[in-house]
Amino acid sequence: MNEAMVDRSTLEVPVEIPPDAVNPVEPFLRMDRMPHIWCPGCGIGTTVNCFTRALIDCGKNLDKVAVVSGIGCTGRVAGYARLDSFHTTHGRAIPFATGLKLANPELDVVVYSGDGDLFAIGGNHFIHAARRNMDLKVICVNNLTYAMTGGQTAPTTPSKVISATAPYGVFEPAFNLVALAEAAGAAYVARWTTYHVKQLSRSMEEVLKKKGFCFIEVLSPCPTLYQRRNKMGEGLDVMKYYKQASKVRHGARTSECDLSRDGEIVVGKFVDRDRPDYYDLLQAQMRETLGDRYAEPEVSCCEC
Amino acid sequence: MEDELAASIAIQGAVWGGAKAFTVTSGPGFSLMMEHIGYAAMTETPCVFVNVQRGGPSTGLPTLPAQADMMQARWGSHGDYGIIALCPNSPQECFDLTVTGFNLAEEFRVPVMMMLDECVGHMTEKVIIPEAEKIAITPRRLTKLPPEQFRLFEPKSDLVPDMARAGDGYRFHVTGLTHDERGYPSMNVDTQDHSVRRLQEKLQPLANGRAICETENLEDAEVVVVSYGITSRVAQRALQLARAQGIRAGKFRIISAWPFPEQRIRELAGRVKAFIVPELNLGQMVHEVKRAADGKAAVVSVTHAGGSVHHPEAILRAIVEAVR
Repeated sequence: MNEAMVDRSTLEVPVEIPPDAVNPVEPFLRMDRMPHIWCPGCGIGTTVNCFTRALIDCGKNLDKVAVVSGIGCTGRVAGYARLDSFHTTHGRAIPFATGLKLANPELDVVVYSGDGDLFAIGGNHFIHAARRNMDLKVICVNNLTYAMTGGQTAPTTPSKVISATAPYGVFEPAFNLVALAEAAGAAYVARWTTYHVKQLSRSMEEVLKKKGFCFIEVLSPCPTLYQRRNKMGEGLDVMKYYKQASKVRHGARTSECDLSRDGEIVVGKFVDRDRPDYYDLLQAQMRETLGDRYAEPEVSCCEC
Repeated sequence: MEDELAASIAIQGAVWGGAKAFTVTSGPGFSLMMEHIGYAAMTETPCVFVNVQRGGPSTGLPTLPAQADMMQARWGSHGDYGIIALCPNSPQECFDLTVTGFNLAEEFRVPVMMMLDECVGHMTEKVIIPEAEKIAITPRRLTKLPPEQFRLFEPKSDLVPDMARAGDGYRFHVTGLTHDERGYPSMNVDTQDHSVRRLQEKLQPLANGRAICETENLEDAEVVVVSYGITSRVAQRALQLARAQGIRAGKFRIISAWPFPEQRIRELAGRVKAFIVPELNLGQMVHEVKRAADGKAAVVSVTHAGGSVHHPEAILRAIVEAVR
């Protein structure tokens, strides 16, 4: 990646890349907020790097891209992305994003949050947004635990894992996020790990260009509160595990993509389908019912 | 939306996308919205919550009246913050005051609660809706500064910051964490003190000169009935009966309940014998009246647990006793 690859026409506010810039993703981050809060070996920063590269490559006007996060370690992503960004309440990034998107349909709205936020407290909103095919891009960094609060059992924690709230091992079944997303109606479903940076970046670019409810699960290490407690090594050991255990199977049956403590990780793009999205359905229904009486919504209504 | 948690935050997403937005609920639904009332207060997101109050706690009395959420409206979310609450007492006012509510929300960048009760919520009366161009609308305080100079939480002289809209190139950040004027998380004692105090202080005009209330016969009053919502219509009858008996009774109807109109009550307290405060609850706003009266006048609570409205005679009895 070099300076020449940054399409400056996508930036309304011109961003000069300083000659001493160490990384081409810097203009897309709030560098005045660095250093970030994430632990050594954490995978969230890697996903943000992939995301910024997808922003560079997607060719969009980034003034029209907003990122919405919930609460938790991944919830802090919104604060580091130099976009219109919203750090909302625990579990409610998706409904906030829904309101944002419907009020201003020209925005591309990315929901960037963790597994606990999106699938425990926020699980209901996830399935309903997928059912509606709301035009949102949901990126879930799945570290298999509640990291910010000390490593408690999450709905994604695989069985036999030791957590802060399961000192004798988790026994409750975990969600298979990609199967859940597909069953609920997502238009696009993919899974990668933080080892698969190129593939992840490409998937992120794809969903930025795709209409409808898109879901990317990124398996990501939490050496501090997950791997260490389970004697699974440090960040580098997790990368080796991801490399060795991952099998790329595009189009795999999501119901067969369960994750386990140390077994195979099926990655790839599992679903890519087109369904009419919520806004299109809304407009079609209104036109059918009201005919000429239907007034197309104005995008900007607060200045009237 | 799928539930009240979703509705109460989706409206805030819509606001940041440039729309005006509100949501409506009753009883348990209002409890579910509490977290996002705090989020709206903290992020200074102008929006409107309508709560048609029913009897509680819990599922309580669906479709039967109460006014027992008045303190919840003010204090229900955790932490220190301020909100505005308005109490219409007729269908016409439901229309007019909702316009006012949206306007105040925009002016002060604050969530506004429309505190109806079941009676007002289900009431059928004539409503005159003016032509759209005759309705005064307070526009959003959108900044005119360029992005590099603009700070989303930098207060103006009225302590309220200007806003920006997502998609307009400002690349701003909004968080429910304690934040500095840029909107960046800044979790320290100074920022907390500065920003949380401002969230309350910016609303002070409504506690004083800009309080909205409706008064009658206060000039010679020795006893004043303080009421709001449907109870103010019951109190009207009690006041007629009292005047018919020759009692110098006056009416103070609270329309803007939060911030509490304490300046007006304080002024009255110096020259009346007693305040009578009927409410469809076991005593909520009466504590505010007591606080503002500060011992300078007697304050009598006329309680009712909800499910119906007061008998005018119950309020009349309290008036008669107060002047005896």
